[in-house]
Amino acid sequence: MSRSVLLLVLLCGGLVAALAAGAALGEVPLSAAQYLEALRHPSSAAGEIVWSIRAPRTVAAGLVGAALGLSGAVLQGLLRNPLADPAVLGVSALSGLGASLVIALGLAVLPGAVETAALAGALAAGGLIAALAARFREPETLILFGVSLSALGGAATSLVFNLSPSPIAAAEVLSWLLGSAANRDWTDIGWAVPAMIAGVALSAYSARGLRMLTLGDEAAAVSGLPMARLRAAAVAGAALLTGAATALAGIVGFVGLAAPHLVRAGARDDPGLTLLPSALAGAVLVILADLASRLIPTDVELKLGVVTALFGAPLFGLIAWRVARSWRA
Amino acid sequence: MSALLTITDASVRVGRALALDGVSLQVGPGELVGVVGPNGAGKTTLLRAALGLQKLVSGEVKLGGRDPRTTPPAELARRVAYLPQGRRLAWNVPAWRAAALGAPNAPPAKARQIALEALTAVGLETLAERGVLDMSGGERARVVLARLFAAGAPLILADEPTAGLDPDAQLLTLELLRGRVEAGGAVVVTLHDLGLAARACDRVVVLHRGRLAAEGPPRHALSPSVLAEVFGLDGAILDTPSGPVLAAGRTGPSR
Repeated sequence: MSRSVLLLVLLCGGLVAALAAGAALGEVPLSAAQYLEALRHPSSAAGEIVWSIRAPRTVAAGLVGAALGLSGAVLQGLLRNPLADPAVLGVSALSGLGASLVIALGLAVLPGAVETAALAGALAAGGLIAALAARFREPETLILFGVSLSALGGAATSLVFNLSPSPIAAAEVLSWLLGSAANRDWTDIGWAVPAMIAGVALSAYSARGLRMLTLGDEAAAVSGLPMARLRAAAVAGAALLTGAATALAGIVGFVGLAAPHLVRAGARDDPGLTLLPSALAGAVLVILADLASRLIPTDVELKLGVVTALFGAPLFGLIAWRVARSWRA
Repeated sequence: MSALLTITDASVRVGRALALDGVSLQVGPGELVGVVGPNGAGKTTLLRAALGLQKLVSGEVKLGGRDPRTTPPAELARRVAYLPQGRRLAWNVPAWRAAALGAPNAPPAKARQIALEALTAVGLETLAERGVLDMSGGERARVVLARLFAAGAPLILADEPTAGLDPDAQLLTLELLRGRVEAGGAVVVTLHDLGLAARACDRVVVLHRGRLAAEGPPRHALSPSVLAEVFGLDGAILDTPSGPVLAAGRTGPSR
């Protein structure tokens, strides 16, 4: 037990540090006096930079990371597959499709339109996968359907590009698909938070079912738990979390895959105990990635999804290497 | 004797074929029942039908007097515990955590205590903190048995619990299951080793192509004619000072 408590303490400490760094650091360097002024007078120029630009952006990055990390941990537990993440089930792809459509149709000016479309796409994918999960228990089946849904979502998004009325609309869609927490304000966060809360509640409810799935579907089916309900909660929770994260910051890859792996050993591999640390680790990762996108001196600011994929893809390779070695052993 | 499990004339279709064809079976407390038969005879299907995991095309299953398909999950788990084939564990959780999965509805502290008692019963108390994937196959087999015992159900259905184990571990597995029978429970176990079935079981059920080919005390159910007709073996179960053994050879080039 102490090991998982230590892990949580470390992650909470890391999160506080990351939040502070996220609110404090940025392209415009501030002096110590300006930081003091920002703390004392939030409406001052320095205060505006810290509280209206950097803080919401950092909180948005943290929420996105937490949602994706938790969603990945839920899906890895549900599918009993360490390589599962929100992209595997097509949830990200359909969420991205929904948002792309709205942007390409020029409806992005309506408040909440992109967010609602992203969430609707994620829920459509989640609903479909949940219906399939009720019918087929084998995780392999879900992964196969997810891959096909993901490919379909990707193709449809390409179609949106293809038919997009203007290069500007296409550029906007692309920019959104690359993912970013830049320019997010407290209102944007407000749109995403209710879905995230629902997703967290469903994930927490499904935790004991995920743990039971350690024994496999057959044993879990007569274990005394209402597995059909717990499984549906897991899928719905993961879909809501992914949809809300995509709504807030576009497509941010590899966090859902990487966060659970970073904490799994500390949680002694327990799929239930992996959930909370995965959320915290995801938050820290995305805040740091967002900081990197701000601080790496490039002419055009790096996109969040680009940074997480640049760090995440090699990690994915490392995980695959370790998994392959454990198969050979 | 009140039956823990009653299967009446059950038929199950898997794909187009009848995997189970009018099979009846009754199991009561204090019995260790072995289910044997060639590959594809319907052994696993029989257990899955008994648990309500498999829909019947005809016939009836009663687990503790109730249809398992309409029994609420928690209630079902109070009547029966199931060990499926393979004993695969997805994650490298500590042994006690895996054993505690037998008591998912108990409060955490109570579940841990139940798990540690079950691990002690299978002789693994010193390895309670060891990750299950860091264990040998024999140790892992005992962990999944501990999970089964932690459930505390009067009826245990175990699908090939001895597969892939060395001879000593096979005997130990059946000894541990026998312990549950002596405590007043009942165990139905599918086996491929006919000698082991003859040695360990009170009653043997022989399935052949989905039908009940023979049933009764081991020596009766595994008579030379059943060995020949069902298994294609020319031989017999022989008594030796250290228990019954199967002495047999194949009767022909194909079955």
